Amino acid sequence: MSASLSAAETTGQAPAGALLSVTGLTKHFPVTRGIILRHQVGAVRAVDGLDFSVAPRETLGLVGESGCGKTTTGRLLTRLLEPTGGQMMFDGHDITHLRMGQMRPLRRDIQMIFQDPYSSLNPRHTVGTIVGAPYRLQHVRPEGGVRRAVQELLELVGLNPEHYNRYPHEFSGGQRQRIGIARTLALRPKLIVADEPVSALDVSIQAQVLNLLEDLQNELGLTYVVIAHDLSVVRHISDRVAVMYLGKLVEIADRDQLYALPRHPYTVALMSAVPVPEPVRSADGRRQRRERIRLTGDVPSPLNPPPACRFHTRCWKAQEICRTQEPPLAELIPGHRVACHFPENTSATEAAPAG
Amino acid sequence: MAGALLEVRDLRIHFPTDDGLVKAVDGLTFTLDRGHTLGIVGESGSGKSVTSLGILGLHHGGSARISGQILLDGENLVAADPGRVRELRGSKMAMIFQDPLSAMHPYYTVGQQISEAYLIHNKVGKKVARKHSIDLLNRVGIPQASSRVDDYPHQFSGGMRQRAMIAMALSCDPELLIADEPTTALDVTVQAQILDLISDLQEEYGSAVIIITHDLGVVAELSDDILVMYAGRSAEYGTAEDLFGRPGHPYAWGLLGSMPRLDAARTERLLPIKGTPPSLINVPSGCPFHPRCGYAELTGGKSITEVPELREVAPGHLVACHLTAEQQRTIWTEQIKVKLGGREEG
Repeated sequence: MSASLSAAETTGQAPAGALLSVTGLTKHFPVTRGIILRHQVGAVRAVDGLDFSVAPRETLGLVGESGCGKTTTGRLLTRLLEPTGGQMMFDGHDITHLRMGQMRPLRRDIQMIFQDPYSSLNPRHTVGTIVGAPYRLQHVRPEGGVRRAVQELLELVGLNPEHYNRYPHEFSGGQRQRIGIARTLALRPKLIVADEPVSALDVSIQAQVLNLLEDLQNELGLTYVVIAHDLSVVRHISDRVAVMYLGKLVEIADRDQLYALPRHPYTVALMSAVPVPEPVRSADGRRQRRERIRLTGDVPSPLNPPPACRFHTRCWKAQEICRTQEPPLAELIPGHRVACHFPENTSATEAAPAG
Repeated sequence: MAGALLEVRDLRIHFPTDDGLVKAVDGLTFTLDRGHTLGIVGESGSGKSVTSLGILGLHHGGSARISGQILLDGENLVAADPGRVRELRGSKMAMIFQDPLSAMHPYYTVGQQISEAYLIHNKVGKKVARKHSIDLLNRVGIPQASSRVDDYPHQFSGGMRQRAMIAMALSCDPELLIADEPTTALDVTVQAQILDLISDLQEEYGSAVIIITHDLGVVAELSDDILVMYAGRSAEYGTAEDLFGRPGHPYAWGLLGSMPRLDAARTERLLPIKGTPPSLINVPSGCPFHPRCGYAELTGGKSITEVPELREVAPGHLVACHLTAEQQRTIWTEQIKVKLGGREEG
């Protein structure tokens, strides 16, 4: 699917058949001074011009370090935040600047799974009320009544339907995340944006929830945008993966291609930083350290991002051009776009057309 | 065990609550040699953090009931006077906490917080202590340490705060350093920097390190030996090679199967452990893992009735499971390892 879309993506048009496509998506948060005479002194450029699209039944993974704008992107996609610029097309409609009332019908189609299963469920409501809330809010009367619909949802996510009248505190973290997922599914959305759906869970529970998300996708034909910082989780669940750095996409590609041959130095560095559960010993039995690319320092502030290529301050390959000219997100090989002047893992012949 | 710095014998830490007795740690035994690193892994609620706080004597004053022995250099900390434990804490043993933002005091400068323990344990003046703090900040890789020493914690980034926490723990050259989830709150690139720093410092200071985490990757990078905890008991104990190369406990298999990994071919399905961690008030009878274990019936009901002892399946490799060593080996190589995907031998 992604390969056939990519030709249209590069020409900047919304690709036919994409469920969601985003061009030049931007979100700047103003920074103001003064109490009476408020004036803007700057802007946090949280998301600064994203282009990507998601095909139906596809999972797009969005990875990056904290502060790279992945959560803001998720909130823009669900229109919990108003974009500063750019365009978002969902299912053939422009949803970029819809007002609250106009968004209402759309909320059925786009839903969100939140990170923290503890703070995203109201402790005073029963599971039945929580999972049934979308019906109430959208004035939907499910067939057979709300109670039955909720119990079916609970069963769908692997919870006991008898637990309808229990409260969130009676459940473990993994079960709570399932309650959140059941609520998300109530209105049969087309697109689900999952912001760090498993990062608050234990490894064994994490695997259960990841498997559940996969099953639900197959069963209900869902489309996911999964936001996560854990590269191995993203690899496991995504069909395509987008890597963000300081509000920009630096690389987007098919999962297997990205993980086998990452092109952007930042992606390469991120992957080499992941600790591998395989101890390494030298010949004399001493514990040995894995060779990895060490990025120094922290991510620069999005208030004042570095000019041109935003990664040049931490990049070991940076040259003059990286400081003066911003690299475009160019398609190096079909379906694999990279924003770098000197991509890795590229033979000379391949690099030529990218210029 | 001449080289042992820390010996924990049959440690039990119980908390009486209105709902019943919470057996957070229930008969834990392990040893840690000087200069070695022990990784403690387990899910939340398995007793990892309670153990580390117990070693540091931080349960005193609470409702905890502690029994067993914690021998630091032969001195039993469980029976020792709280004042004596206080003397040792900070000087001979120190801790790096998980969340540096909540572990540091927002009203004091980073320098004041680093020098606090140094001033208490050494007869020195403030000037000397300040200089010592600057040295430590330099040592943990904070740029312009001489001016950053007067900054407040909020002026540091997450990675720098964790470095400052490490500086604080190192202020009196502790022989035992306990790091409780030292990198959980950090991004991968910063995590890599901190892991490198911990291992560099360990080589330099020769301290023994206990690293507590739920991330098997982190454990594999740092540890010589690994202790897998489940429901307050040890499920398996062995070298890092034992644990990752030939794990014997079904719980360890479950942990390895749950984890998507970057170094192996992508598997279609993860193999999660079914169910949820047990309540520590009503720990299941027999082997606490039996309700979630896929191999319990192979033991002929023994798992349900009898608590498995830690048994040596190979020299230095202990497993608390009723399956025979032979069964463990066969199931691991024939059923689990193949499903974990084709990772290359190395």
